[in-house]
Amino acid sequence: MADFETPALTEFQLVPHIKKGAMAHSQPYMAKPEFQGDLGFPGELEDGWEDVAVKKLGELTSKYRGLKVFLDCCVKCGACTDKCHYYLGTADPLNMPVARQDLLRSVYRRYYTFAGKYFPWLVGAKKMTKDMLDKWYSYFHQCSQCRRCSVFCPYGIDTAEISMAAREVMDAVGVGQKYCNEIIGKVYKIGNNLGLPEKALVNTLEGLEEDVKDDTGIDVKFPVDQEGAEVLLITPSADFFAEPHIDGLIGYGKVFHQAGINWTLSSHASEAGNFGMFIGSYENMRRVALRIREAALDLKVKRIVVGECGHAWRVAYSFWNTLIGVGHGGDDPYAKALQQQLDPNYPAPQHIIELTYDLIQKGALTLDKSANDDQRVTFHDSCNVARASRMGNMPGGQFVLPREVIKSSVNHFFDMAPETIHENTFCCGGGGGLLTDDLMEIRVKGAQPRMQALMDVVQEHDVNYLAAICAICKSQFSKVLPYYNHPMNMIGSVHGLVSNAIQLGTKQ
Amino acid sequence: MSAIEVGGKSIEVDEEGYLTNRDDWNEEIAAVMAKEDDCDLDSNHWEVINFLREYYEEYQIAPAVRVLTKAIGKKLGADKGNSKYLYELFPYGPAKQACKYAGLPKPTGCV
Repeated sequence: MADFETPALTEFQLVPHIKKGAMAHSQPYMAKPEFQGDLGFPGELEDGWEDVAVKKLGELTSKYRGLKVFLDCCVKCGACTDKCHYYLGTADPLNMPVARQDLLRSVYRRYYTFAGKYFPWLVGAKKMTKDMLDKWYSYFHQCSQCRRCSVFCPYGIDTAEISMAAREVMDAVGVGQKYCNEIIGKVYKIGNNLGLPEKALVNTLEGLEEDVKDDTGIDVKFPVDQEGAEVLLITPSADFFAEPHIDGLIGYGKVFHQAGINWTLSSHASEAGNFGMFIGSYENMRRVALRIREAALDLKVKRIVVGECGHAWRVAYSFWNTLIGVGHGGDDPYAKALQQQLDPNYPAPQHIIELTYDLIQKGALTLDKSANDDQRVTFHDSCNVARASRMGNMPGGQFVLPREVIKSSVNHFFDMAPETIHENTFCCGGGGGLLTDDLMEIRVKGAQPRMQALMDVVQEHDVNYLAAICAICKSQFSKVLPYYNHPMNMIGSVHGLVSNAIQLGTKQ
Repeated sequence: MSAIEVGGKSIEVDEEGYLTNRDDWNEEIAAVMAKEDDCDLDSNHWEVINFLREYYEEYQIAPAVRVLTKAIGKKLGADKGNSKYLYELFPYGPAKQACKYAGLPKPTGCV
C-alpha cells in the first residue's frame, strides 16, 4: 500500500527522538504555469527571483503586524517543540514549530533586522537561496496551519500565519502548489473546488431527493438557485460528492425541512471552502468569497448558513465581514447592500451546527436517539473551528454546540483525552492544503496523535464512529484510518447522526 | 511531462498518471494503466469505467460516489450497489482510480 512505515501506536503518546532529515524528501507537485497565471502569480522561477522574494517578505511584514511580531519575539523557549502532530508523527526536527518558523525567520533577520544585516553569523540570519526555497517548499507543505503550537507558545506565536506568508512569498516567485492552486482556478471557472458544473449539481441533488423519499417516504427538497429563499446554504462541494460527507448534506436538508425553513443552494457559489487562505493570499481569498456575496445578492436571501467545513468557517466567521459584508465591517456599496438585506435577528454568518442546536433548544426537532444505538460516538474537534472561530453566544461554544447536537442524536458518546480535544485538539493530518495523494506519507504520519487518542476510546469504550464537522477531516480520516487498522467508514458527519435520528413529519 | 507506452505509441499523462488529453483514451490504455497497478480489468471493472465515461460525457465531471453506487446497483444487482463493492474493484478508491483508467481528470477538492 505504501513505501513508508505507519507510526506505531503505543500505550501513551511518546515524544520521539529526533531524526534529522526524516521528511526532507516530502514535497507536493508544483502548479503548472497556466494554473499560476489564473491566480495572478508568475508561472515559474525567473532570474532575480531572490530579490522578488525578499521584497515580498518585506511587504508582508509591513502589512501584517502580527507576522512581524511573531518573527521578532520568539525566545526559543521550546514549549512548542513537542506540540506539532507532524513532529510527533515524523520525528523530523524541522517539523518542530520553532524550527519551521526559523526557516522564514532566518531570512527575515538577514534582510530586515540590524543584527542580521551586519552580523548574520551571530543571529542565525540566512540568505534567500534556492536551497532555502526548496526547504520552504518542503516544510511549509508539512504544516496544516492548525495552530495547535500557538496554544502552547507563551507569546502566542502563530505558525499558521508564518506558513501562509511563506506560501505567499513562494507563489510570488512562481513556485506554487498544484493541489491548492489548481483548485482555486476551478472555483473561478466553475464555482467550486471539485469542478462540479450546475447540471451535475442538479442531477446529484435530484438523486438525493429520490433517495430520501425512498428511505423515509417524505419529500425533502434540495433546492438550487431559488430566488427569495430565506437561507442560502454555503457548503463544501465534497458534501455533494464524497462519502461520508453526503450523509451530512442529507441531514441539513432534513433539518431545514422539519423546521420549515425555505432554503437554497447556489450553483454560482457552490463551495464553502476557500483555499485562498491556505496559500496566504488575501486577494485570492477575497475573490473566492466574492462569489458568495454575488449569489446572496442575486438570490435575495435573508440568512447565510455554512455547512460542515472547518476552514470555511474560519474564513466566514473571521473574515467574511470585511471581505464581503456578511457581518458588519465591509464598507463598499455591495457589502453595505448585503448588510441591509440580511436579517439582523440571526448571526451572519451562521454555522449549520448553530442552526440545528437552536432548533433543538426550541424543541422544533424530534430526535430519536435510539436510531443511532449501533453507534458509539466520539467527536474530533476540527482545528479551524476549534482554534480560529466560535459558535453560539458563549466562550467555547464551538466545543459545546457540536457535542450537544451529537448528544441529542445518540445515546453513546465518549470524549477523547482532554489534552487532545477542544483547543488542544490534534489536526486530522490533512488540513491546510495537504489533502492530496502526493503528500500521503506526511498525512498518515501526521495523523498519529489523533489515532493514538482514538485508539484509547476504541479500547475503553468500543467507540466505532468518529464524528467530524469538516470536509477535509472526513476525507483525510477515510483515507488514513485503514493505515491504523480501523475501517474507513468509521468517520462520519455530525449531521449524518442527526439525519438518522430526526423524525420527519412529527411536527408542523 | 510523463508518458506511458501503449501499443508502440507514447501517450502523455500527468505526474499522477492521469491522461493529459482525454481524446487519447482507448480501452488498451485503460488496461495498461490498470496493469501498472497490478489490476486485471474484468467485465465488472468495465461496467464502472463505461458508466463513468458516459456520465462524464453528459455532465463534464465524474459522478458522485452515491450516484455511481446507485447506477452500479441497478446494472449489476443491489448487492453490488455499495461503496464496499466498488472499493474491492478499485482499492485506491473508485472515484480516483476508476477515473484514471477511464481517462478522466482526477476529482479535486476535499475528497
